[in-house]
Amino acid sequence: MNLTNLFKIALKALSNNKLRGFLTMLGIIIGVASVITMLAIGQGSKRSIQAEISEMGSNMIRIHPGGDMRGGVRLDADDMESLKLEDLEDIQTQTRYVTYISSAVNSAGQAVYGANNTPTTVYGVNLDYLEIRRYKVEDGDTFSEHDIKTAAKVCLIGKTVVDELFPQGENPVGKVIRFGTIPFRIVGVLQSKGYNSMGMDQDDLIIAPYTTVQKRILAITHLQEIVCSALSEDYTEEAIDEISDILRTNHKLKESDEDDFSIRSQQELASMLTSTTDMMTILLAAVAGISLLVGGIGIMNIMYVSVTERTREIGLRMSIGAKGRDILAQFLIESILISVTGGLIGVLFGIGAAIVVNLVAAFPIYIQPWSVFLSFAVCTITGIFFGWYPAQKAAMLDPIEAIRYE
Amino acid sequence: MKEVIRLENIRRDFRVGDETVHALRGVSFSISEGGFVTIMGTSGSGKSTLLNTLGCLDTPTSGEYFLDGVSVRSMDKNQRATLRNRKIGFVFQNYNLLPKTTAIENVELPLMYNSAYSAALRREKAVEALKAVGLGDRLLHKSNQMSGGQMQRVAIARALVNDPAVILADEATGNLDTRTSFEVLVLFQQLHASGRTIIFVTHNPEIAQYSSRNITLRDGRITGDVFNEHILNAAEALAQLPQPEE
Repeated sequence: MNLTNLFKIALKALSNNKLRGFLTMLGIIIGVASVITMLAIGQGSKRSIQAEISEMGSNMIRIHPGGDMRGGVRLDADDMESLKLEDLEDIQTQTRYVTYISSAVNSAGQAVYGANNTPTTVYGVNLDYLEIRRYKVEDGDTFSEHDIKTAAKVCLIGKTVVDELFPQGENPVGKVIRFGTIPFRIVGVLQSKGYNSMGMDQDDLIIAPYTTVQKRILAITHLQEIVCSALSEDYTEEAIDEISDILRTNHKLKESDEDDFSIRSQQELASMLTSTTDMMTILLAAVAGISLLVGGIGIMNIMYVSVTERTREIGLRMSIGAKGRDILAQFLIESILISVTGGLIGVLFGIGAAIVVNLVAAFPIYIQPWSVFLSFAVCTITGIFFGWYPAQKAAMLDPIEAIRYE
Repeated sequence: MKEVIRLENIRRDFRVGDETVHALRGVSFSISEGGFVTIMGTSGSGKSTLLNTLGCLDTPTSGEYFLDGVSVRSMDKNQRATLRNRKIGFVFQNYNLLPKTTAIENVELPLMYNSAYSAALRREKAVEALKAVGLGDRLLHKSNQMSGGQMQRVAIARALVNDPAVILADEATGNLDTRTSFEVLVLFQQLHASGRTIIFVTHNPEIAQYSSRNITLRDGRITGDVFNEHILNAAEALAQLPQPEE
């Protein structure tokens, strides 16, 4: 008995009962389609979060002064003055894993141009900051190292601020705005970055030399924050360890002392955000997996009914020379055909449904090739597994009894 | 003449609960090539068991069975399946055709389980067999579009398609009306005339008159084995039947 003939026999048997075959398939179709759609949605939202984070600079590391105890009172971290320019310079010269590094001080206030004004924040930074945060200058130019040295009153402004201060659409470059009482000359306009995943407008800012903000606005000499970027995402851990060592040495901390600074990487944020979507993906996939299992049980159920119903046919086949293994193979091929065809249709439906979700609900999707492969493999295995027992039952029938079965 | 079937002291016991039922209690006979043998007996006489044994569906408890010179007793299930496929053609009382399947596909079925036949050869043999039973014009009719007589002809064609050593018919006219029964008997007589070996198991004594030999079975033993000197012609009997009302 060759396989081609068995395939023909199984196909013939299936085509004799198209509606039943289709209904059995439906369980598998729904199962596979839902697995693929759910995973596409889960992976899609995970990817979009990751993309946003990498837009902010996925290898970004932020160093803040840590809260400290003074006479039993824990102080607010922002009041600490432990981060100095020397710390920044030491990190710059001593680490191997840090590429860009910038000081950062900021101040919230009102920006004014002519009759228009808007509340915003001015960030005092150096030129590396643009690289770390992946800001690009769209119009005009950045300020220079010389501007930083001389604490020049120049700035770059974000799109939101441009829209508020220059509603008539004049070219802001070269204009002088006022932040608080200090006049700033605009040297460049930043390219828009939109909102980040936490709903913060990344274009609502003014960027100025840190020296200017330190001296002219805040009147401080310490740094509120140091922002730097690791060589790549993978070196974040190493970079954090190095920075930590340098700062502890600089701040003359003893072994037993707590850090007087805190270092956070985007990766922590990323893993926090993606862990939620991971959990969602797992839950959705589990529900979808259960429906695939139910579909498999449906196959088993129908195959059992089919074996009982076709007892006479099995008896006839055996009496004209079919061996037990021919019968086994026939029923197994039938159930595999049902599950594989169902799987294929399910894959198409799943991808289709994911695309519809994307178009209608504007939900980000990502169809992972392995999820398609996996659900397809699972449903083939389902076909074999749930088809085995009914097929075995058919193969074990006694032809003498089967042929006279009423 | 060549011996197609030889039974030597065949016994078949079944255990039913604590009791042993002796279905066959030492049956011996041989059938030579080209015979048309009816095996008669009431229900419980052991004729079904004998048919199962002859058809290699069952193995005897003791005794020897040679089919076309091959000993069947020592064969396992798979070997017997292959033997059935090559040497035996079955015709059943209730036809046992596959539903919603064309005549040609039904007839091809035994050859599907024989990898020596290609698809083209299978078809050729099936068409040939269907023509032999007078259904050359109904090759593509489905089993549910046919009358009982036509279905039984398809079943006979299916039994012929593998050129078996012996055709085993089990009450092959049992489900048919008188007229159609005679039509089928005519067909069997034609097959007999063309040299086929036929064993026809029945409880209807009338049929014995159309065969060349009649073996009677009772309580698992042979009680009669008569060669028929005056074989009646089924075609003549059919002609004398009253014409069906139009």
